[in-house]
Amino acid sequence: VFGAGGGTSSYREAEDTDLIILWGSNSRETHPIFFHHLLRGVRNGARLIAVDPRRTTSAEWADIWLGLDVGSDIALANAMARLIIHNDLIAGDFIARATTGYDEFAQCVEAYTLERAEAETGVPAKAIEEVALAYARAETGMICWTLGITEHHNATDNVLALINLGLLTGKVGRYGCGLNPLRGQNNVQGGGDMGAIPARLPGFQDVEDAAIHGKFARAWGGAEFPMKKGWHLSEMFEAMERRDLRALYVVGENPARSEADQGHAVRLLSGLDHLVVQDIFLTHTAELAHVVLPAAAGWAESEGTVTNSERRVQRVRRALDPPAGARDDIGIICDIARRLGTDWDHPTSEQVWDECRSLSPMHAGMRYSRLDELGGIQWPCPDESHPGTQFLHARLWKEPVEGPRAPFHAVEHDPPVDRLTEEFPIRLTTGRRLDSFNTGVQSNLYTSPLRKSEAIVISPEDAERLGVAEGEKVRVSSRRGSVEAPVGVDRSMRPGLAFMTLHFPDQVETNVLTIDATDPKSGTAEFKASAIRIDRVEEKASV
Amino acid sequence: VDIRTAGGPATDEEMGAVDELLGAPTPAAHHLAYGGRAARAQRHLLLPVLHSIQDRVGWVSRGALEYACRRLSVPPAEAYGVVSFYARFALEPRDRETVHVCDDIVCQLAGARTGGGVNCLGLCDRAPATLDEKHPVASPGKPRGQVRILRRAGVVDPESLESYRSHGGFRALSRARELGGDEVIRMVTDSNLLGRGGAAFPTGRKWDSVAKAPAPRYLVCNADESEPGTFKDRMLMEGDPFAIVEAMAIAALATGCEKGYIYIRDEYPIARRRIQDAVDQARVAGLLHIDVEVRRGAGAYICGEETALFNSIEGKRGEPRNKPPFPVQSGLFGRPTLVNNVETLVNVLDIVNGEFSDTRLFCVSGHVAEPGVYEVPLGTPLRALLEMAGARNVGAVLLGGAAGSFLTPGQLDVPLSFDGTRAIGATLGSGAVIVFDEAADMGRALLRIARFFRDESCGQCVPCRVGTKRQEEILERIFDSGEGGSDVALLSDIAQAMRDASICGLGQTAANAIASGLTQLKVLNDG
Repeated sequence: VFGAGGGTSSYREAEDTDLIILWGSNSRETHPIFFHHLLRGVRNGARLIAVDPRRTTSAEWADIWLGLDVGSDIALANAMARLIIHNDLIAGDFIARATTGYDEFAQCVEAYTLERAEAETGVPAKAIEEVALAYARAETGMICWTLGITEHHNATDNVLALINLGLLTGKVGRYGCGLNPLRGQNNVQGGGDMGAIPARLPGFQDVEDAAIHGKFARAWGGAEFPMKKGWHLSEMFEAMERRDLRALYVVGENPARSEADQGHAVRLLSGLDHLVVQDIFLTHTAELAHVVLPAAAGWAESEGTVTNSERRVQRVRRALDPPAGARDDIGIICDIARRLGTDWDHPTSEQVWDECRSLSPMHAGMRYSRLDELGGIQWPCPDESHPGTQFLHARLWKEPVEGPRAPFHAVEHDPPVDRLTEEFPIRLTTGRRLDSFNTGVQSNLYTSPLRKSEAIVISPEDAERLGVAEGEKVRVSSRRGSVEAPVGVDRSMRPGLAFMTLHFPDQVETNVLTIDATDPKSGTAEFKASAIRIDRVEEKASV
Repeated sequence: VDIRTAGGPATDEEMGAVDELLGAPTPAAHHLAYGGRAARAQRHLLLPVLHSIQDRVGWVSRGALEYACRRLSVPPAEAYGVVSFYARFALEPRDRETVHVCDDIVCQLAGARTGGGVNCLGLCDRAPATLDEKHPVASPGKPRGQVRILRRAGVVDPESLESYRSHGGFRALSRARELGGDEVIRMVTDSNLLGRGGAAFPTGRKWDSVAKAPAPRYLVCNADESEPGTFKDRMLMEGDPFAIVEAMAIAALATGCEKGYIYIRDEYPIARRRIQDAVDQARVAGLLHIDVEVRRGAGAYICGEETALFNSIEGKRGEPRNKPPFPVQSGLFGRPTLVNNVETLVNVLDIVNGEFSDTRLFCVSGHVAEPGVYEVPLGTPLRALLEMAGARNVGAVLLGGAAGSFLTPGQLDVPLSFDGTRAIGATLGSGAVIVFDEAADMGRALLRIARFFRDESCGQCVPCRVGTKRQEEILERIFDSGEGGSDVALLSDIAQAMRDASICGLGQTAANAIASGLTQLKVLNDG
C-alpha cells in the first residue's frame, strides 16, 4: 500500500507507545522476542488489546480481548472505522493532505453498523465501541498482526482494513504509531527484501518497471531475464497441476508438509519431472526430490545478513564449519551457474552484498563496516551518511507531502470459503506454539518441557457435548480428508471453535484438513478457517 | 494458559475460598474478556488469597494455587515461589487444626526441647509457648514499670471504641487536625523521637521527607514483630488497638499519605482481629479519613525488614530490596512510603498531647520471676530493669534479640539508651532482654540462634544464604568437639563477609550475637 512491504515501526516504539492492538497474533508464543518489547511497553503504561478468536496466552495479557469469529476481521475493522468517523475522531487534516480515497472508504464502512458487526463477529457491540474509541483517542498507537490476518482467502483485504484504521486516525509515520506485520523468522523480511517474491527484484523494486529492469540487466552484463512477474507459491502449485510447471528448485522450504491440503501437494510434487531441494535437513520434500543439495546452516555456518521485523539489517557470521558435504548457499548457487555456463567466480558474502547495495537504493548506505558499527541499520538507508530509518512514512507528515499519497481501500467483509454446515459444524483454525516451529523440521529434534503432543483442542463445552475426554482419540474430518488426533480441552477455546498446530506432521497431518483457497493477491492459503466435524472413534480392543 | 502446575483442578471448596476474597469470577464470555492491567493490579492480594485457602482447607494444593493464579493473573511458577517462601503456608496436606510449638531461645530456657519446633512466636512471657491456630489465647498483658505508652493496656476494653474514648482516645487526632500537618511534624521532630523498630532513625526526619515527596504516598505500620524475645507490639495491639489506629490517622494526616497498611505477623491472630475491629469501628464512627488495610504475614522473620515487608504486601517473596532508594523515596508499590514501628507510632499520641517523655518498652524474658513488657525511661540501668523483673544469679543477658549481643554480669550497669549501649558495642535493638542464669547452657542458646538465622535467611544474597548455613555447621562442630581452634577464626571471617556484603540487616547482624557470645561467655574449654 505504501510502496514497501515492511513493518513501519521499530521495536523501541512498542515500548513507548500508548496503545497496542495485537490483531490475529499470538505473539507471546509465536513472536516471543517482539513480545518482550511489547511487554515493556505494557509495563510503561501502554494499553494492550488483543483481537483473536482464541483467548491466547497473549490475549491473557491484554486489557481487553475481542474474541471475534474466525474470518470476520474486516467487519470488525470497518465497524470501528464507522464509529470513529461518527464520533468525529478522524485525523481530518492528515486525511485531506496525505491520503486518497477517503470518501469512497467512508461510504463503504457506513454499512457496518455496530449491530451488524456484533452479528458478524460475535463480539458485543459495546466492546467494539470501547476499542474503537480507545484506539482513536490514544495519542500514539500501533496495530500489529500476523498470520491470523494473512492466512485467509482475502488476506490482502484484511491487511488493507487494518491500514485504513491507521490512516483514518493518523497513526502512521509518527514515533510510537505504526502498522506492523510481525515476521515469524529472523529473516522473513530479508527474504522479501532480496526479491524472493514473484513481482519484485532486490530492494522491493518492481520487476515490470522498464527502468528498473534495465538497470538490473545492465548491471548483470546484459543478462536477459523475464520482465514479467512470476508465480507465487499457490500459483506454482496450480501450474504444477496444469503441468505448466515441471521442474522445481526448493531452497529451505518444506512444502510437502507446510502446504494446505497436503495430500494434494505431495501428489503434485511427486509428479514433477525434476525436483531439487537445498536444505540443511532431509525434509519430507527432500525425500521426494531427484537431487538434494546439503546446505550450510544460515545462522551459524555461513556469512551474510538477515533483516528482522523492524527492517533492521544485521550481519550473520560463521561460527562453525559445516559438516562434511554441506556447503554455503552462495557456493552452491555459483556452482550451478557455472554448470549452466556462466562463471560468477567465487564471491564472498560481502561482495554479493555490495552488488545488492549498488542496485537497491534502500540498502545503498549499508556497508558491512557500518552494519558492524551501528549494530545493524534499519532500511531505507540511501547513502553512507544516513543513519537508517526508525519508522517509515514520516514523509506523509511533511509539508508538502513527499511522494505519493497513501490510499484508503474500501474492502468488504467476506466470510471464510469453507462454510460451516450441519455436516461440518466446527470452525478449525491452525497456529503455532511457543516451543515448536512450523512443521517441526528445526524444532522437533529437541525436547521441551512445555510441549504437548498434537491434539485437536476444543472448548470444555464442546468436549462435554461430544462426550469426549482429554487425550481421547477422535476422528477429525473436513471436506478434504480426515485424520485421527487426541482431544485437548482448553478454556481458551469457545464452543464451535477448534485449534490444531502443524508442528507434528508425523503424528497428525493437520494440513490434510485445511483448505487451499488462496488469496489471489498474496497467494496465501486460508489455513485459519476450515470447517470440520469431530467424531468419536469406536473403542478398540487394544486400547 | 499453557503453563500449568502439576496436580488436579481446584476443588469447589478451594475455589470458594479464593472467590470469597476476590468476589465471584465474571462468567466466562466466549467473545470478550477484560484482564490485563485490571487483573494484574490485584496481584497484591496473593497472600490474602493463600491465607483464605489455607484457613479453609488446611493447605495449598497445586490446583488451588493454579486457580488463584488464574484469578490474579500471576504466573504459577512465580506464585509457587511465593507460597514456598513463607513458612506458614503448607504445600503438602496438613491437619486443619495445627498447633505450633516454639523451641526458640526463651522457650528453650523454659524447657522446650530443641528440634522441629517453630521460631519465636512472640509469646516469651508465657514460655514455653504454643500457638493453636484455631484457638489462640490472648495474653493477660499486665504492663509493668513506669507506664505511659502502656497506660491503657489492660485497662481499657480493647474491643470498645467508647472505652478508648473515655480514656482520652482520639483527643490527639482532633488536636492534630487543629494544629495542621506541618505543626505535627515539627512537634515530632522536636521530641527527638527515635524509631523503636531497631534502627533508631529520627522519626521526625522520616515524616518530613514523606510529606515533601510527591503523591500518592503510603503509610505502613510495621507490626511484623519477629525478633526472638520481643512481644511489646503484641501487648500494644492486643491491649490498646485503637491507639495504633489513631496514631496511624495522625501520621497519614501529617504526611499526606492516602492509604495505610498495617502488616501484622501471622503468629498474632488476636492482635490482628482486634486491630481489624478497631479500624472498622473507627471508620464507622467517621474518625478515619484514610483507608487502612490490615495485612497478615505468613511466617517470615525477614518481613520485619521494611522493604521485604513492602514486597510481601505486594504479593511477592519477602526479599529485601537494595537501598537506596529509601522507602521515603520509593517504597510500597514504588511510591514514597512512611513506615513506622507500632511503638514508635503510639508515642506520637503523647507528643501531640504534650505528654511525651522518653520512655521505652523492654521485653524481659528468660530466667526472671516476672517476665513481661516493662516501660522505663531511656537511660535506666539494665541492672535496675533486671531487679524489677526479679532476675537472680544472672550469667548473661541477650540484649536486642537474635540480632543483638550478649552482655556479661560485669556489664549490667549499662544505661539502656542508644548511646549507652553503643558505647559497649551493644544495641537496644527491638527492646528484647533475655536473661540467662549462671547454669544456663549457653552453647545451646548460640546454636539455636545460628539455626534461627539459617532458617530465616531469605536466600536472596549469597553471603547470608551460605554464611548462615556455614555458621551453624561450624558452631555445631565447635560444640561437638568442645574446642574452637581455627574454627573460631573461620567464624569470624564468615561474620565479616556477611556484615560487609549482605543486602539487608538480617545478614549483616546474623553473626553478632554468636560472635559476642563466643568472646564474652565461657562457652568453650579454651575460651
